[in-house]
Amino acid sequence: MSSRRSAWTWGAALAAVLGAALLASLLLGSISLAPGDVFRALAGAGDAQTVSIVRDLRLPRALLAVLVGGALALSGAALQALLGNPLADPYLLGVSGGAACGTLVGSLLGLGASAGARTGIFGALALPLAAFLGALAAVLVVGLGASVGGRLDRGRLLLSGVVVNALASAVLLFLLSFGDASRSRTFVFWMLGSLSGATPGAVLALSVYTVLGLALLLPLARAFDALTLGEETAATLGIRVETAKRTAYLAASLLAAAAVAYAGIIGFVGLLVPHAVRRVTSSHRALLLLSFLGGAVLLVVSDAAARSLFAPAEISVGAITALLGAPAFLFLLRSRP
Amino acid sequence: MTMPLAAEALAAGYGVREVLTDVTRAFPAGRVTALLGENGAGKSTLLKALAGIVPARRGTVRLGGRPLSEIPRREAARALGYLQQGFEPLFPIVARELVLLGRTPWRTAFGAPSARDRAAVEAALGEMDAGALAETDLGAMSGGERQRVLLARVLASEPGVLLLDEPTANLDPRHRFLVLDAMRRRAEAGGAVVFSTHELDIAASGADDAMLLSGGRVLAAGPVADTLTEPLLSALFRVAACVTPGANGRPLVSLGPARPR
Repeated sequence: MSSRRSAWTWGAALAAVLGAALLASLLLGSISLAPGDVFRALAGAGDAQTVSIVRDLRLPRALLAVLVGGALALSGAALQALLGNPLADPYLLGVSGGAACGTLVGSLLGLGASAGARTGIFGALALPLAAFLGALAAVLVVGLGASVGGRLDRGRLLLSGVVVNALASAVLLFLLSFGDASRSRTFVFWMLGSLSGATPGAVLALSVYTVLGLALLLPLARAFDALTLGEETAATLGIRVETAKRTAYLAASLLAAAAVAYAGIIGFVGLLVPHAVRRVTSSHRALLLLSFLGGAVLLVVSDAAARSLFAPAEISVGAITALLGAPAFLFLLRSRP
Repeated sequence: MTMPLAAEALAAGYGVREVLTDVTRAFPAGRVTALLGENGAGKSTLLKALAGIVPARRGTVRLGGRPLSEIPRREAARALGYLQQGFEPLFPIVARELVLLGRTPWRTAFGAPSARDRAAVEAALGEMDAGALAETDLGAMSGGERQRVLLARVLASEPGVLLLDEPTANLDPRHRFLVLDAMRRRAEAGGAVVFSTHELDIAASGADDAMLLSGGRVLAAGPVADTLTEPLLSALFRVAACVTPGANGRPLVSLGPARPR
C-alpha cells in the first residue's frame, strides 16, 4: 500500500538527515574542525589533539545523542499507543522523574559514577539499572493508582502519572538538599538534560538497553495497531491486551530510564517525535522505527546547537529541545486535519 | 461456514453491578436477531459477553457447540466479528488502514498484508459503499461515513458470527438498507447475526428474530411476528405501540407517547 512505501521513503530520508547531523556534530563545538581532519581523526590519523577531540569526546557524545533521542522517542511512541492518548510521554507519566530519583539514589550510594566520570562496562550498566528501578517504582505507584479490578485503566493512568511526576520532582529536590554544594551543581546540570557524560562505556550500555527495548516493542506493533480501535475491540481481534500493555509499559520505562541515567531529564522528544511521525504513517512498526530515527535526529541537532551556539559555554540540551519542541508541537496541534 | 452461537443461563456485569441476568438463547446459523430494549437494558453487555469481551459471571457462551472460554483466542477472533458502539479516532488513520485492522486475526506478527488480506479489505470497503473514502482520514469523516468504514472493518475479517452494536446508527436510509443486506448475506451464507438497535422498522424489516431485553433479563424472544407485538412493545418501551401486518408477513410498527397528547 502507498503508506507503506512512503514509510520507507521517510525512513531513508531520516537516515540521511541523521548521517548529515552526525557529521555536523563532529565538526561543530568549541573548536571547529574541517571535514577532512574529522575523517582522518576517525581513522586514527592526524594530530593527537584532534584525534582525541573526535574519537574520545565528540563521537561518543554524538552516538549517545542518537541513542538517548531514539530511546526517548520510542518510549513516547509506545506510551501513546498503549494509553491511546496522544499526550502521553515518559516525562509526563512520571517515568523520567522516577528514573532520575533512582539514578540519584544510585549515585549517592556510589553505584556507577556521576556524570562525566569514566567507568567500566559494569559500572556503565549499573546506573541505568538504578534508574530503571526508580522508574519501575514510579510505574508501580502509577499503576496502583490506575488499576481497576486488576486492569490498567487508560484514563486514570495519565492522571496518576501526572501526580507521581509531581511526587518524583519533590523527592529529587529532597535528595538534592543532602549532597554537598558542588555535587548538587553537577546533579542539577545533569537533571536539566546534558550529554556531557558521554563515554564509550555509556554508549555501549545504552545501546544494550535500547536494543532490548526495541526487541520488546517491535513484536507488539500489531497489538498497538489494533489498540487504535480501543481495548475491547482489540481483544476481539485476538490481541492479548493486558499482556501487551504490561510489556509495552515495561519496555517504555526501561528505555526512558536508560536515557535518563545518562542524559538527565530531556523533555519534548518523547512527545513531539511520535506526534510528527504519525502524520506519515499509522502502522506502528513504521511508527516505532521512524520515531527512533526522528528522536535521534532531534537530539543530535539539539546537542550540536547546545555545544556550539554560545561556545565555549554549554547550554542544557533539554532547553534546546524545549525551545525547538514547543513551537513545533503547537504548529502540529494547529494544523491537525 | 455455519457457526451457531448460544447463551446459557448467562450473567454478566461490571464491578458490583450485574447488568445481565439469566439469559438463555440460541442464535442459530442462518438467522438475523435484533436486540431491543431501553437504554441500559443490557443489549451492549450481551453483545460484549457473546464476543468474549465481558466475561460470563455465571453461565456459558457457546460458539459452534464449544464454550467460548475454551476456544483459542485467535480462532475465536477469526470466527467473531464485533462492532463497537461509537468510536472516536485518537490518532490519524485512513479508512483502508483501519479496515485492514480487521485482518489482524489472519496475519502474522510481521510481514506485509497478503493478496487475500487486500482483497478482503477492498471487498468490504466496496460492500459498505466506502471505496471512495479509502484514503480519507477517519477524523475528517461524517458520523455515517465513519460508521460504514467501521462496519467494513468487521466484514473484512470474514467472520462466521456478526455481533453488531447499533450498526445502523448515524446512517441515511439508503445505507441502512445496505447494512441490512450485508447482514442478510452473511446469514444466508450460514452465519449467525446479532445486532442491537433502537429503530423498530430496522428490526421489523431486517431481522428474523427479536430478543426483547428489560432490566437485564429476557422479556421475550422469537420470530419478529411473535415478538414485535403491541402488548410486548408497549410493555418493553413504556410507550403506546401500534402494529399492523406489512409486506411478507413482517410487522409494521409505529410508536407514540404513552398518554396521547
